[in-house]
Amino acid sequence: MITRFLWQGMDRSLRIFILLVLAIGVALPLLNQLTPPGSAFHVPAWLMQLMGKYLCYALLALAVDLVWGFCGILSLGHGAFFALGGYCMGMYLMRQIGSRGVYGNPLLPDFMVFLNYKELPWFWYGFNHFWFAMIMVVVIPSLLALALGWFAFRSRVTGVYLSIITQAMTFALMLAFFRNDMGLGGNNGMTDFKEILGFSVQADGTRAVLYFASAVALALGLIVSAAVVGSRFGKALTAVRDAESRMRFLGYRVEGYKLFVFVLSAAMAGIAGALYVPQVGIINPSEFSPANSIEAVLWVAVGGRGTLIGPVIGAFIVNFGKTWLTGALPEVWLFALGALFIVVTLLLPKGVVGLWGQIKARSQAKKARAPA
Amino acid sequence: MSNRSTSALLYLSGVTVSFDGFKALNNLSLLVEPGEMRAIIGPNGAGKTTMMDVVTGKTRPDSGEVVFDGKADLTKLDEASIATLGIGRKFQKPTVFENHTVRDNLLLALAGLRKWHRLLLAQPTKAENARLAEILAIIRMEEQQHMLGARLSHGQKQWLEIGMLLAQDPKLLLVDEPVAGMTDVETETTAQVLREINRTHSVVVVEHDMSFVRALGVKVTVLHEGSMLAEGTLDQVSADQRVVEVYLGR
Repeated sequence: MITRFLWQGMDRSLRIFILLVLAIGVALPLLNQLTPPGSAFHVPAWLMQLMGKYLCYALLALAVDLVWGFCGILSLGHGAFFALGGYCMGMYLMRQIGSRGVYGNPLLPDFMVFLNYKELPWFWYGFNHFWFAMIMVVVIPSLLALALGWFAFRSRVTGVYLSIITQAMTFALMLAFFRNDMGLGGNNGMTDFKEILGFSVQADGTRAVLYFASAVALALGLIVSAAVVGSRFGKALTAVRDAESRMRFLGYRVEGYKLFVFVLSAAMAGIAGALYVPQVGIINPSEFSPANSIEAVLWVAVGGRGTLIGPVIGAFIVNFGKTWLTGALPEVWLFALGALFIVVTLLLPKGVVGLWGQIKARSQAKKARAPA
Repeated sequence: MSNRSTSALLYLSGVTVSFDGFKALNNLSLLVEPGEMRAIIGPNGAGKTTMMDVVTGKTRPDSGEVVFDGKADLTKLDEASIATLGIGRKFQKPTVFENHTVRDNLLLALAGLRKWHRLLLAQPTKAENARLAEILAIIRMEEQQHMLGARLSHGQKQWLEIGMLLAQDPKLLLVDEPVAGMTDVETETTAQVLREINRTHSVVVVEHDMSFVRALGVKVTVLHEGSMLAEGTLDQVSADQRVVEVYLGR
């Protein structure tokens, strides 16, 4: 039944796309590890690290699309779930440093010693175990989404008001995490990680595995999303997006539908954040900044809202552009971002994937006309 | 409340709803018997739509009783529970799900599964497929069953919505101005369809169009300023001097 559930939402192009994601996930680390530096096929570690970051962003974009594209909930605070997942991973990585920190305290991370902490705060308990941290990566963002969604959806907060609430949530969390007495590193956040599961986070081999794990997580995210969207639940979900009150009068309790995808989406964003942190080597409160969440929405819009492939493609295109432009012409990037917003809204309402569909439809129409 | 306090299918007593001091419904009482079709008329602002909102759970009354089927207190339930009890509502504007196929529209409306966790793994059953085929035949849309709602013509949307109501199979059907913007022929057809539906379902129709109400040939309730002004056959209420003053005379 589960395999049937997982299989039902997938069409051919999505299956190919998932295989492609996995293929890139395997190929890059292999090319990095097995070919000598200098060879034409060698993939440098920095490129693999960059691609790993993009894969995490793509999973975040997919999470945003699941609630925005398929349920009409425009979340401007998904960066918060991403950051919370990242913090859970960061706490695990901090505990792994142990006595190798600057102050050499076997129990307390450096910033706590610096701030005169005498003992480990209660919420740090358990984070020395990898399994515990991984559970928290999913549980903490899910719980926040559950609490926020429970109140918002039951009170029938929708549209722009809900967007503002999610935006306020991530802003409030950013301010809270900036405080030193939160016990989570304050404005410096957490960095200087040494080991994950006993392997050095700096080692190429570890990086390759982390990169591969990101590709697998994205593929799994696509499979689960496709299954949810392709089920009868998914039909009801898009119906809620299109005509919510009609669904109520048909007897559907729409809060349950919204809450489920919102929590699922938050969990996906949390996993993306957890994979992101060891690859970039730092997590700090700026990850909660509202601009990050808005950028994630833009990735979805560029790629194609309401499709599963779109957000992944959008995340890659925009972030590639960002990496390139901030290197080549740093002062232009924000203008380019603004221009992208305008272009997508005016010319590409269905994003890049929608454009592909339009081109295909046009060539088919041409073909249909030709023999006549 | 005692079990089965009334034989009426829908029982409203002393219902008052006010919006910022304005009484949209003022001590309204109304009875609809099982199997009945009732037309409700009244000038703009008489409270017709508010009455439907109260019955379907969209609006909570300030005071008064609303009882369905002699036992369910509708003032305490939300839209979804009321719909599940068996009250369907058709809106003035046809609202079908534009991004779903005709068949999926009907599947969503089909009585039965509503809980999100059950729908995740649900596959259409044989009984459901049979019922869908039946409804598609009744509304004559078998050929369009895989067409998206957005691509249907206005008339096809009306038919699909009627099909969705059949799929929902409510005990009581509330219909809001079904013939607004229709031609005379379409109006006559709609009256026929409603009479057809009334054979197996109770119906409450809110309507402005007098010729349509005449074509239905059912008991009429006249609302005015949130209360019932008169009740009877269309000829009876048309003869009522107060009705003529507030409504028909204009």
